[in-house]
Amino acid sequence: MQNRRTYEEINQKISSGRAVVLTASEVSELSKTLSPTEIFRKVDVVTTATFGPMCSSGMFINVGHTRPPMRMEQILLNQVPVYGGIAAVDAYIGATSESENRPGYGGAHVIEELIAGKEVEIDSLAKGTDCYPRKSFNGKISKHTVNEMILFNPRNAYQNYAAAVNTSDRTLYTYMGMLLPRLGNLTYSTSGELSPLLNDPWLRTIGVGTRIFLGGAQGFVTGRGTQFRTDVERNDHSIPLKNAATLAVTGNAKEMDTAYIRAAYFEKYGVSLFVGIGIPVPVLDEDMAARVSIRNEQIETSIADYASPAHEELGRVNYRQLQSGSLRLKGKKVRTAPMSSLPVARRIAGVLAEEIRQGKFFLTQPVEALA
Amino acid sequence: MKKKFVLTFPPESTNEPVTCRLIRDFGLDINILRAEINAGQEGKLLLEISSTKENLDKGLGYLESRMITWEPVAEKIHFHQDPCIHCGSCTAVCFSGALEMDRLTRELVFTPEKCIACGLCPSACPLRLFTLEFAV
Ligand code: SF4
Ligand code: SF4
Repeated sequence: MQNRRTYEEINQKISSGRAVVLTASEVSELSKTLSPTEIFRKVDVVTTATFGPMCSSGMFINVGHTRPPMRMEQILLNQVPVYGGIAAVDAYIGATSESENRPGYGGAHVIEELIAGKEVEIDSLAKGTDCYPRKSFNGKISKHTVNEMILFNPRNAYQNYAAAVNTSDRTLYTYMGMLLPRLGNLTYSTSGELSPLLNDPWLRTIGVGTRIFLGGAQGFVTGRGTQFRTDVERNDHSIPLKNAATLAVTGNAKEMDTAYIRAAYFEKYGVSLFVGIGIPVPVLDEDMAARVSIRNEQIETSIADYASPAHEELGRVNYRQLQSGSLRLKGKKVRTAPMSSLPVARRIAGVLAEEIRQGKFFLTQPVEALA
Repeated sequence: MKKKFVLTFPPESTNEPVTCRLIRDFGLDINILRAEINAGQEGKLLLEISSTKENLDKGLGYLESRMITWEPVAEKIHFHQDPCIHCGSCTAVCFSGALEMDRLTRELVFTPEKCIACGLCPSACPLRLFTLEFAV
């Protein structure tokens, strides 16, 4: 019996419809009774997923040339400022950019509306040049009129994230939601045992060029995300105990689906984008089988106090406790609440598994490792 | 009649036995749903009051004389359920048990009967799916 399998072997199995594909939750369940050796023999691919607010996201758009042509400099889409400091009719819609006259509405909403096929209003100005004489343009654009819509997110899919609490006397409004005073609640963010980078903690299989599920379309990992770190403390299961690796990802937003890309507004914080990401992990050997077997009780994260400027660490907790709905902290029973959607993450893992089984989605060997 | 009110106390008046006087002097039947009162700081009290209209008006008048502001609270919260993505953010602030995550499916379960209309979930939901419907 071989103790390794290659990407080619897995892809051959996928094309002949013989690949055994399970979701990371299913494998975690199996691992209660099966050893990594047995899981390696049984399973070829494990699908992982997450659907959470990821602020460092955005979309390149090429709105198409006007007549006479124009080199757009200042651009508003539905009154939201977008970045026009690139070629003539290219722009970058940053997810967190906010409209000045429509509170709670921002780039993420524009992205969602464009993906949904809705019309978006464009207002742009330019100084005018010999080759681009036009100085202003107002009109409507949509997915059907623009040339390209390319989602490009510089920092997504955090490997782990500290849970948040608040020991102060007032409510804190944060990107981790409303944190009630005096340890009134605790919020946490990743999808635990289903989360992509927690199933491949050393990034053996997820690297530059990895094909992924991104917002309902096929996308790719382009490289390390910003604030990528690997030098953080890990537990016995190789799980980093706080924010660690991140991914930069890209995909064709014209093919995406608003079931997996959703705009969000966090009170007194700002706009963000829920991004759905699914990553298939090949079970190359027993080591990978052991990694994908990880269970919520083995995945720990730290608890950060958002009342202190340095987010002082108050302790450590595992995802089983987090997902139970409450835990004890400083002698107090504290309610826990997720910030990312487990039902949608599960759905993504399921959809991706099905696409692989049906031979519509193949695995890629990284062009280069991230770590 | 039965109505809910949020009372806001200025820092000076938090030491006065206000609810006690509302019950004793104005004959109001009071159920305290939620209290956030710290001596020396602004305090908030969510009350459900049952009484006749006349007594209620007198009681509210008394509150005003003590510099306590009151607002009628929505009788119900409206939940625009379809777009919900089950992120769970709203469950972080709901203490009545009206918003909870199902243990198995991990989906949001909304039980309107348990809602005390505290008004926190409209700000907590990143998709803005809750609105308070005031019934003044
Ligand atoms: S208003 Fe919202 S948060 Fe408050 S009790 Fe009702 S459902 Fe819960
Ligand atoms: S916060 Fe909004 S979107 Fe999230 S679970 Fe609650 S109602 Fe649904």
